[in-house]
Amino acid sequence: MAVADRKTDIGPPDFRQFLPPIIKKNYGKWAYHEILEPGVMVHVGESGDQLYTVRAGTPRLLSTVTIRQFAELADKYCGGHLRWTSRHNVEFLLTDKSKIPALKKELHEIGFPVGGTGNAISSIVHTQGWVHCHSSATDASGVVKAIMDEVYPHFVNMDLPAKLRIAFACCLNMCGAVHCSDIAVLGVHTKAPIIDHENLPKLCEIPTLVASCPTGAIRPATVDGKQSVEVEEAQCMFCGNCYTVCPAMQINNADADGISIWVGGKVSNARHEPMFSKLAIPFIPNNPPRWPEVVEAVVKIVKVYAENARKHERMGEWIERIGWPRFFKMTDIPFTKYHIDDFRHAGETYKRSTQLKH
Amino acid sequence: MSEKLRSTPLLDELEKGPWPSFVKEIKKSAETNTMAEGTLGQLERSYMDKISHWKHGGLVGVMGYGGGVIGRYSDLPEEFPEVAAFHTYRVNQPSGWFYTSDVLRTLCDIWERHGSGLTNMHGSTGDIIFLGSTTEALEPCFADLTANGFDLGGSGSDVRTPSCCVGPARCEWACYDTLDACNDITHSYQDELHRPAFPYKYKFKFAGCPNDCVASVARSDMSIIGTWKDDIQVDQAKVQEYAANGVDIEAEICRLCPTKCIKWDGKSLDIDNAECVKCMHCINVMPKALRPGKERGATILIGAKAPIIGGALLSAVFVPFLEMEPPYEDLKELAEAIWDFWGEYGKNRERVGEFIQRVGLGNFLDEIGLEPVPEMVAHPRSNPYIFFEEELEEDE
Ligand code: HEM
Ligand code: HEM
Ligand code: SF4
Ligand code: SF4
Ligand code: SF4
Ligand code: SF4
Repeated sequence: MAVADRKTDIGPPDFRQFLPPIIKKNYGKWAYHEILEPGVMVHVGESGDQLYTVRAGTPRLLSTVTIRQFAELADKYCGGHLRWTSRHNVEFLLTDKSKIPALKKELHEIGFPVGGTGNAISSIVHTQGWVHCHSSATDASGVVKAIMDEVYPHFVNMDLPAKLRIAFACCLNMCGAVHCSDIAVLGVHTKAPIIDHENLPKLCEIPTLVASCPTGAIRPATVDGKQSVEVEEAQCMFCGNCYTVCPAMQINNADADGISIWVGGKVSNARHEPMFSKLAIPFIPNNPPRWPEVVEAVVKIVKVYAENARKHERMGEWIERIGWPRFFKMTDIPFTKYHIDDFRHAGETYKRSTQLKH
Repeated sequence: MSEKLRSTPLLDELEKGPWPSFVKEIKKSAETNTMAEGTLGQLERSYMDKISHWKHGGLVGVMGYGGGVIGRYSDLPEEFPEVAAFHTYRVNQPSGWFYTSDVLRTLCDIWERHGSGLTNMHGSTGDIIFLGSTTEALEPCFADLTANGFDLGGSGSDVRTPSCCVGPARCEWACYDTLDACNDITHSYQDELHRPAFPYKYKFKFAGCPNDCVASVARSDMSIIGTWKDDIQVDQAKVQEYAANGVDIEAEICRLCPTKCIKWDGKSLDIDNAECVKCMHCINVMPKALRPGKERGATILIGAKAPIIGGALLSAVFVPFLEMEPPYEDLKELAEAIWDFWGEYGKNRERVGEFIQRVGLGNFLDEIGLEPVPEMVAHPRSNPYIFFEEELEEDE
């Protein structure tokens, strides 16, 4: 095609052309909604119109084969109208309530569970892992699948004290910004990059590489007469930024990579202000294909929370009420020196009062 | 049929269990697509070796754009030649992730023609992710996308693809039109989105109310979170209905209100709205009875980011209340003023949140032309190291 014909900067298509007629009519004029059963909501317009949403969980990684199946279901049940949520769930937008059971049945038959509404665990927001990223300390999709298989009852029921959001990221870059989730599962590297001095000068620009390190751990050095770099290991916090700019800085390490677990974050402003997740378990080695130790730890935390939190209390609100010492005791998670912050402003996290439970 | 697929005993374990399986998804595409087949093979190797077999991509992209494609190469190209190059497109999603079955089929057609057939619906920033194509396929795929009304999203040091909650399309609590605002901002800043010229990435996220369903306070440099100024709208009859149906209003509403500004005498709910901090809790519990007020707009917060480089930040209050009417001139002026200052003085790979911490929020406000207000801080400073500035009068 001639360059002159080339279309650029057209931006995304206008969403209005994809809205179902009932939404166009009631846009901005919804009166209220109710959750009718797990995964099924009704939104009622000031006009009295009723829109039914059926929400199903997906693995986020979808084949076009499946997307076509969803399109067919949308044609059959709701005039071809569907959307995705911010947590990778697919939602079918119906106006005919009587069609809900048949749609649910078909979704079930092709393997997509309906749920994720209200006081439930919704789909896990997650990243690429070994499916596509170079700096992943673990796989994303596999760990997520293994966890969801076990907490599945909390997706298809609404039996928790409040919403429980789980997020997953495969390295400290945290592409999913997991740091404000009730439970955050985070891949971590634990060893400094291994430098390929032989190839480094050919592959990488040394000044760019030196500048890439957030902690200034990388310095130019001459190794065996060749221009290369050295890493001050005590300064490395294993972020992998250097590997992103230079493939001769291998950060991935099959024996030393693994998973950490963080708890008690939230983004909503309801009741308590938004909070970061805090460290619960610093390191669990990778154990593919199903990461049983990680799954067990998550299941345990969910269980203790579900049994002990008060109604409407998110994970972080519950822990704040009972206190961290009790959280570690109730979950049988060992508290170690790694739990104590030693980065900038670490002192702000020390307890400076005698208000302790004995 | 599946005899031609490589053997993947480890991944096969992840086909078991009730949750939908990504392995099944890869296999569905692998039936007809060799790139998906290669993905399966290489992923199995990663499961054996406990390590990623991708190399970062270097610069690949479409003509004239500096972002939108993530380059990726296999570090085992001899073994998995199908995925020797496996680049990913970020395709800018429509606001609110609404589709019709027809447009989805169009996207599937394009992606089966040019790539692996594997997608993410959606990436964490919001884009439709097309996972895996060759370098040669990039331009033709882009041409097909634009011919059908789609464009690429951002990557690198640019405006990243903005995203928004479902908002007024299906939520009674939306305090402004999140979908329109997101669409308008995305279209207004196409150049900033496609041609990286900032110190680092800049993300917008639009949430219609303080429930913040797109996690904007955690995931965006500019968080636009709907709120209201006047009184919560109360339907007392419906409150009584909730009470009759078993909601313990004293325990579940009054005592959990963060400012304890709600009273319930068994008949009517009395909210001291001057003390309400618009947290949404009472409204979330009784959506039929309570609604946000009528004088609506948004709180603008800035500077959230994940830990790399200087530590994680949540966005901080910048403008306590802004009306959000098209064409969103006030919001655009703010964003552009920030880009001017941060663009000039921000260090390479310094997010705006880190930049503000380095120069100080007070100085930042001076430059942007905003007055400091107490809403911007959790509390005033507690240390006495004040850098008093010289009075200008001396010069005059
Ligand atoms: C009951 C009425 C509510 C409605 C209709 C609603 C609507 C939504 C929708 C449509 C989504 C995307 C759903 C998904 O991706 O699975 C979502 C996600 C979310 N909602 Fe709500 N929401 C409601 C209440 C709340 C409340 C009460 C909170 C907090 C206490 C909350 C916090 C969130 C969060 C944190 C997310 C996930 C954001 C993310 O990490 O991607 N929402 N909500
Ligand atoms: C310094 C910090 C970060 C770096 C160096 C970084 C780097 C990367 C890289 C290399 C990829 C490519 C993964 C692939 O192979 O497809 C990626 C993907 C992505 N990143 Fe980041 N990232 C950072 C932070 C973030 C944050 C904070 C977010 C969101 C809040 C984010 C959102 C995304 C999204 C949406 C993708 C697309 C793939 C996905 O959804 O998993 N990134 N990032
Ligand atoms: S979190 Fe890290 S490893 Fe995972 S996709 Fe993002 S940059 Fe890659
Ligand atoms: S992993 Fe991060 S901290 Fe360690 S040397 Fe590389 S860039 Fe620096
Ligand atoms: S952020 Fe508020 S307005 Fe937007 S979908 Fe969530 S609850 Fe509704
Ligand atoms: S919105 Fe929150 S602060 Fe305001 S009255 Fe309701 S519970 Fe209280």
